Amino acid sequence: MRWFKKGRWRQSSSLVFQLIETFWGGEGEDLPHSGEKSASLKSLRGKRTLARWKESAVKAFFFANGILAIIVLIGIFGILLSTAIPAFKEIPLAEFAKKTWDPTSPEKAQYGLLSMIVSTLMCTAGALLIAIPLGLGVAAYLSDVAHWRVREIVKPIVEILAGIPSVVTGFLGIVLFGPVIAKIFHTGHGLNAVNGSFLLAIMSLPTIISISEDSLNAVPSAYAEASLALGGSKWQTLVRVKVPAALSGIIASFMLGMGRAIGETMTVLMATGNARSFPHGFLDSIRTMTANIAIELGEVPYYTTHYYALFAIGLVLFIMTFIVNMIADVILNKYQQREL
Amino acid sequence: MKKKKVVQFIGFFLLRVSLYVVLAILLLFLYDIGRKGGGAISWEFISQPPRRGMTEGGIFPAIMGTFLVTMVTAVLAIPLGMFAAIYLNEYAKQTRLTRIIRLSIRNLSGVPSIVYGLFGVILFVNILKFGTSILSAGLTLGLLTLPWTITASEEALKTIPNSYREGALALGATKWQAIRTNVLPYAIPGMLTGTVLGLARAAGETAPILFTGAAFYLPYLPKSLSDQFMALPYHLYIMATQHHAIQQVRPLAYGTALVLIVLVLGLNMTAIIVRYRMRRKRRW
Repeated sequence: MRWFKKGRWRQSSSLVFQLIETFWGGEGEDLPHSGEKSASLKSLRGKRTLARWKESAVKAFFFANGILAIIVLIGIFGILLSTAIPAFKEIPLAEFAKKTWDPTSPEKAQYGLLSMIVSTLMCTAGALLIAIPLGLGVAAYLSDVAHWRVREIVKPIVEILAGIPSVVTGFLGIVLFGPVIAKIFHTGHGLNAVNGSFLLAIMSLPTIISISEDSLNAVPSAYAEASLALGGSKWQTLVRVKVPAALSGIIASFMLGMGRAIGETMTVLMATGNARSFPHGFLDSIRTMTANIAIELGEVPYYTTHYYALFAIGLVLFIMTFIVNMIADVILNKYQQREL
Repeated sequence: MKKKKVVQFIGFFLLRVSLYVVLAILLLFLYDIGRKGGGAISWEFISQPPRRGMTEGGIFPAIMGTFLVTMVTAVLAIPLGMFAAIYLNEYAKQTRLTRIIRLSIRNLSGVPSIVYGLFGVILFVNILKFGTSILSAGLTLGLLTLPWTITASEEALKTIPNSYREGALALGATKWQAIRTNVLPYAIPGMLTGTVLGLARAAGETAPILFTGAAFYLPYLPKSLSDQFMALPYHLYIMATQHHAIQQVRPLAYGTALVLIVLVLGLNMTAIIVRYRMRRKRRW
């Protein structure tokens, strides 16, 4: 144990210390009478040691469950990475940047991710284009205009919207919106990026609405009162005072909605038409990264380059959503600290 | 002065319209599924297995499969979520480690469901050798619901006032005794309600079970946890996109969608109503 007395080790292992500290630290405060000297009866002391031992065992047990989230997150990343590594070894990185994904081609297998990434981003962008004004509108209505009774009713309804399984949304994309879109845009079928964007917008709406509304409500009422006292109308107060004051939370809600849209699988799998070609417009059928994994993982033989490449897509997907969520988190944290 | 009022009127009108649009979409969803799915529902549809290449018959095995998988999910996610929440709310201090745990939880809830599926394939199906089975699928879904159950359980714990804990501690109880006798009995109903919301979502998930155990068609019910199974969401996916006679089985697909949505929303609504009642009743 000599090593951790050295200064540089101490610094680098500060996290480990913290870990031990959370484990054992503060124990004295938790136990009543700890350190009390008057109790000199041996049996009592024995009992107390036992109780203390039991307490720390219980604490250790809950602690183990507490850090489970970290373990799972690292585990997911680790497993994706280790399974994707053979793909990175066998396929040159420049290959991934190409457009064509055709791993089962008899002549030459191609592993270009560009079409899929562009499809995913296109669908996500389209979804946000619809969901941002709509979601912000509903959030502002609920926080500023609606009667509290309306809010009590609408909030659970939004939760219901969040509870609709993605496969049902995708199904309705096929049978309900597909034909409508085909008619409006005069395309043969309605399974394209527009359909996907629309459905993803619906799916990310609950996130955007609830978090935006929370942050609008968290704006100190003094802000709004000051604006109203200076003669601003309720609308001016909302647009020029409350929304700017809640902007970080609102933007975070957009990021979280975006994260949901990027990672959504079943809706885009069912409603966007599954065309592997590079998309040139919103009326093209597309295939996103998530949909591609869902389609091909079931058919691919285990432990082939193709199999590993699918995990590489999963890794890219994981990293993309991770970054988006982290940004949302940083924005939200900043915002909360300022409020305090 | 006049202009300001007009602008406000138009602005609020637009906000109101956005709410109506969202409500209309939801209503359209529910109406379409209810109307077209209602026609397919019969006792036979709910109690019989599919027949003749899934062009006739019911969805009983799919209902049972979804039920069994959700049970496995519950067995994994409820205790783990509760324990983690107890740690975070009762034991954890504001250290960097605690912040990292919270960050991980928030990040886990943003991980795409298909990525959980990939994780499940490697960990449960390949490494732990559970094969494509109810067990693998349930455990995968359990991990997926973990961030939701932790958050929901913690919310429930937060509503218990500190005086409850302090009262027990002042009488000489140890921390664990205080939690066991004065916190958990009041928090558990709330924890369970929140968890049910998470389970309802898990029951409707498709992507994580695609490769961890859901089967295209099985004429019999699963006999053990290591069997493959039919699941409602996966069955709907197949009926909607993979079936050889898609137009012919549309009514069956609608029926499946209705059953699925009634199941998921039913669980959701029960939890929401119970939670609402509890909140109103609570007078500390």
